[in-house]
Amino acid sequence: MKSPLAWHRLWAIVLKEFVQMRRDRITFAMMVGIPVMQLILFGFAINTDPKRLPTVVFNASPSAYTRSFVASMENSGYFDVLTSPATVAEAREAMAIGDVQFIVSIPPDFSRQLVRGEKPALLLEADASDPAATGNAISALNSLNQSALQHDLKGPLATLGTPPPSFEIRVQRNYNPEGITQYNIVPGLMGTILTMTLIMMTGMAMTRELERGTMENLLAFPVHPLEVMIGKILPYIMVGYIQVAVILIAAYFLFSVPIVGSLTLLLACVLIFLAANLTVGMMFSTIAKSQLQAMQMTFFFFLPSLLLSGFMFPFRGMPVWAQFIGEGLPLTHFLRIVRGIMLKGNGWTETWPNVWPMLVFMVVVMLIGFKRYRKTLD
Amino acid sequence: MSSESAIDVHGLSKSFGDKHVVNDLNLQVGKGEIFGFLGPNGSGKTTVIRMLCGLLTPDAGSGTCLGFDVLSQSAEIKKQVGYMTQRFSFYEDLSIRENLDFVARLYDMPNRKQTVQAGMEDLGLMDRADQLAGTLSGGWKQRLALAACMLHRPRLLLLDEPTAGVDPKARRDFWDEIHRLAEQGISVLVSTHYMDEAARCHRLAYIAYGHLLASGTPEALIDQSGLSSFSVKDNSSALAERLRKLPGVQQVVAMGNVYSVSGQDGALIEAGLAGLPDVRFERTDTGLEQVFIQLMENVQDAAP
Ligand SMILES: Nc1ncnc2c1ncn2[C@@H]1O[C@H](COP(=O)(O)OP(=O)(O)OP(=O)(O)O)[C@@H](O)[C@H]1O
Ligand SMILES: [Mg+2]
Repeated sequence: MKSPLAWHRLWAIVLKEFVQMRRDRITFAMMVGIPVMQLILFGFAINTDPKRLPTVVFNASPSAYTRSFVASMENSGYFDVLTSPATVAEAREAMAIGDVQFIVSIPPDFSRQLVRGEKPALLLEADASDPAATGNAISALNSLNQSALQHDLKGPLATLGTPPPSFEIRVQRNYNPEGITQYNIVPGLMGTILTMTLIMMTGMAMTRELERGTMENLLAFPVHPLEVMIGKILPYIMVGYIQVAVILIAAYFLFSVPIVGSLTLLLACVLIFLAANLTVGMMFSTIAKSQLQAMQMTFFFFLPSLLLSGFMFPFRGMPVWAQFIGEGLPLTHFLRIVRGIMLKGNGWTETWPNVWPMLVFMVVVMLIGFKRYRKTLD
Repeated sequence: MSSESAIDVHGLSKSFGDKHVVNDLNLQVGKGEIFGFLGPNGSGKTTVIRMLCGLLTPDAGSGTCLGFDVLSQSAEIKKQVGYMTQRFSFYEDLSIRENLDFVARLYDMPNRKQTVQAGMEDLGLMDRADQLAGTLSGGWKQRLALAACMLHRPRLLLLDEPTAGVDPKARRDFWDEIHRLAEQGISVLVSTHYMDEAARCHRLAYIAYGHLLASGTPEALIDQSGLSSFSVKDNSSALAERLRKLPGVQQVVAMGNVYSVSGQDGALIEAGLAGLPDVRFERTDTGLEQVFIQLMENVQDAAP
């Protein structure tokens, strides 16, 4: 028996989709434009190394040393030491609102202990709800520790000023214990942009035929549902790769995000992720009755992906049921893969545990889509 | 009609919800035959054609199309049938050439470029080859659709109102082409609302409310109707009302200042007309239009 699938028909669909894509300039521009715009926003408008963050200092041990320390905090450029609020409680409230980023508490006998070489500790409370905003300031403070007092500790005390540090800064991160680094943004951005744009585009692929009335003709042609589905997916794989290229290049130059692992492996995993998302779009497309419905379904899928994949919230911080759902989503696995390859230099063996779930997902979704594909106008 | 039939279906039925759109329909179309499919709007013509090429699944009935089972072998049927949809359903964001090229690729036509070229030349589409289909006028869209459904040289053409909105010259060319294809053994099922086109078919079927009301050659249908027609000349404009009131008169159509009067009892009408002062009349041939209007009025009377 002859295979029901034929290359010439698949190719006919692919070419047709390409021409249509080329004609639909706005959509095409959007698909390339969204990643660029997002990255520019993340790269420039959203400063991941902000300066002059509002800081309150409670100095219970005023001395030349502590005054000099506070002055050098300001000189570092990261801290803007405020004169109010006056009490720790008020300061905490101000932090809850977001008016204060840091609270520095210097304990009463800090100066005395310092002179005695007892390595006193001061407390830095940081609003780490946005870790990207506080990370650099904290590390700046840590290095101040090593240099700030070198001028003041002279003579017999000079030995205290050289490393190891003469006092300890205890950092307490409020609100966000896991502390996501800014590198998370790029893999996350790549995954979410691809999920949203690609599902939306393919989601409209069949409904557009339905809405424009071209479905009747398409059904009257001797073309197999799989040929149509694959033929409509292939062009978007290319679009997906363009998006990935834009994001990776920009990530490299804007954020200097390293790519420690193999780029080939990364791009191979991207292919599976693209295909998984595109089949979701196709599946929606076979269920939705209009392009609007397809859009709504896209968001229905996109939101849990955004929230439960570990992009917005640390995956391990989620309740078990949410983790369970998250494990089912391609974006979750893709994020782990991309972080693993780009930041940790993971190879194929470490990557595979996150590849097969995407493949399973894809096959299941493809089957649903195939079952749901309209073969008649009934 | 040859022994081998292109379409042979029995008891075809289809309903949407609880609305019966096609009821127990039998249809036979012979090889090389041009079969006209007529009926008022919403009578189920499009639905029947869609069932024939597998776009809709019949609720009941069975039969074959080009020897393939309409229920189980629609994939085979689609390969050999050219279906032209009533509503334009080619890609408006593709040019004429691109649309035809798409079709040619789907059917894996040998010498694709020449085939597309020839298809365009046949229907005079050359000047507009690279115009986007969406920007074509209605008639040109129809021509594109026609060219496309004939491109893969199907053995059976299912044409759903192919000439709606096409100018008279193009319509005549189109029907000449249909006859040429029929001579080559291609069968054609064509739905239309134009009587001159109905007259050019070998056989006709008339359906209303999903029921087959009459079928046969145009001449046979006219004979079966038993209608007698007269053309009546007069300058008085109030004549139409007076003609309608005459005994036996069933239809009165004004055409300029000539009236066409018809009814089943010719003698009775003739007597009535003779009684009218200063009116000139003569017997004429009954046209298909009168026959179909008669059929339609009969069903409306019979309908609950
Ligand atoms: N998908 C559908 N769902 C519900 N009703 C339908 C559907 N398709 C057709 N119908 C109904 O079936 C009836 C027959 O429609 P069909 O299109 O076959 O008529 P037609 O004879 O082709 O009419 P026209 O001359 O106007 O083209 C109509 O009353 C129509 O409303
Ligand atoms: Mg119709």
